Amino acid sequence: MPEGLLIGIEVFVLAMFVGFEVITKVPPTLHTPLMSGANAISGIAIIGALLVAGGKNDLVDTILGVIAVIFAMINVVGGFMVTDRMLQMFKKKPTEK
Amino acid sequence: MTTIIELSYILAASLFIIGLKYMSAPASARRGNLIGAIGMLLAIVVTLLDRQIVSFTWIIVGMVIGSAAGWASARYVKMTAMPQMVGLLNGFGGGASALVAVAEFLKLAKNPPLPMDSSITIILGVFIGGITLTGSFMAYAKLEGLVSGSPITFPLQKPLNAILILTILALSVYLVGWTPNMLFFWIIVAISLIYGVLFVLPIGGADMPVVISLLNSFSGLAACAAGFVVENNVLIVSGSLVGAAGLILTQIMCKAMNRSLTNVLFSAFGTGDSAAGAAGSTSDKTVRSVDSEEAAMVIGYAQTVIIVPGYGMAAAQAQHAVRELTELLQGRGVEVKFAIHPVAGRMPGHMNVLLAEANVPYTLLHDMDDINPEFPHTDVVLVIGANDVVNPAARNDKSSPIYGMPILDVDKARNVIMMKRSLNPGFAGIENELFYNPKTLMYFGSAKEKVQELVAQVKKL
Repeated sequence: MPEGLLIGIEVFVLAMFVGFEVITKVPPTLHTPLMSGANAISGIAIIGALLVAGGKNDLVDTILGVIAVIFAMINVVGGFMVTDRMLQMFKKKPTEK
Repeated sequence: MTTIIELSYILAASLFIIGLKYMSAPASARRGNLIGAIGMLLAIVVTLLDRQIVSFTWIIVGMVIGSAAGWASARYVKMTAMPQMVGLLNGFGGGASALVAVAEFLKLAKNPPLPMDSSITIILGVFIGGITLTGSFMAYAKLEGLVSGSPITFPLQKPLNAILILTILALSVYLVGWTPNMLFFWIIVAISLIYGVLFVLPIGGADMPVVISLLNSFSGLAACAAGFVVENNVLIVSGSLVGAAGLILTQIMCKAMNRSLTNVLFSAFGTGDSAAGAAGSTSDKTVRSVDSEEAAMVIGYAQTVIIVPGYGMAAAQAQHAVRELTELLQGRGVEVKFAIHPVAGRMPGHMNVLLAEANVPYTLLHDMDDINPEFPHTDVVLVIGANDVVNPAARNDKSSPIYGMPILDVDKARNVIMMKRSLNPGFAGIENELFYNPKTLMYFGSAKEKVQELVAQVKKL
């Protein structure tokens, strides 16, 4: 098996365990923000998209790359912002209007 | 330079983990989200320094368009539409990962043969990403009401799905074992996209929390696969974190419905035969219905009230009226709490977000396990637009399709006011004996108007 793939699998397995450990503790109240926040993190595909869109490729690759950049940016910006919008509403005490 | 980039990626991945960690308490969650966003910014900036990137024009165009669209949708989406929003975001994430995999294949296919590990990871990336893209858009269409929210089935649905999967497997084996074949590759892309639609189609509205969680997990795994494709560890780490988060939520949702994931995905729950169970003769049972004045008397003179919100509250946008009622009752010295079932609404935590938007403090919101022991000494339970999650049949009727599902024990309270549009059984089509319980008062009407009337009547007391 190629070494790169092997290291990749190693990282994958360990990160899954970290993920399970960290996230099991999130209370149900925060499940929606957790989901949208985690979702924003999955926009990390932006890195792959950037490398494709800006690389020395032919037209088709560049077009695919740019669409990928658009998709991933919607995911990243939309995800983090909407999570923030939700979280700022979670309050311990009712606020005066 | 490469070292700096690599180190920055490790830092970014750590920031994601720390950010998720902070998400575990309401007080620190906002900071956690910010830390995650900083990690993302760092990852993007250092990637732009990468020597592989030779042209910035198109990158800038893409980033500006994507950011603007993301910003606008996050800014203007209504809180009730949050399940749709998260659905769409999942889809875009999955789509981006799939596109990265496709582009990598096109690049590598110019110099055949492809290394075996590249072909495998590319196919996985295309498949998972493709399903996430179209599956999420399908879920969005269902939630938005563009497509019927109930399970959609057609003859030979399962054989068709099986054939599609087998085709993908066969083509993948060919691509991995032999030479890159453009036609075969595009067929795999197409089937992945079609399969995403077909897999969400037979899943009904109340099962959406499971589907959204699962697609959330897929969007992470797709990023992970893309990470294998471009051999980038930060993608693999972040992708697995999200994959794990989604899987945990999926598992919680399935447990809350006492069903296995396969049952949710493949059984088209509530379409007919499965719902027949408890629908026995009900014509001889009587229902006590009340008007706003009576309901206000019951609730206004109680000492303890637990409110159980369900999808009906979200659908009617009644959360602000509910908050008004809560404050009014608190002003009268009534102790008010909220009981939230894990699958209330259309996504995990849906009710919590809506009530938070309406300015109900999260300290009043209680999970099923915490609040269930309190029902026996509660004066009044007000159920707003929830049904199956309070159906005692889940506890005591072995023939009921929802038997074994954990429920909120509202029937143990002294009085129950069920706010509902009609006696119609809920999504699963299961008769609810709670309606005919002598303790239960049915308060018919649309949730928003009825809560407002209740507010007006309580004020008069």
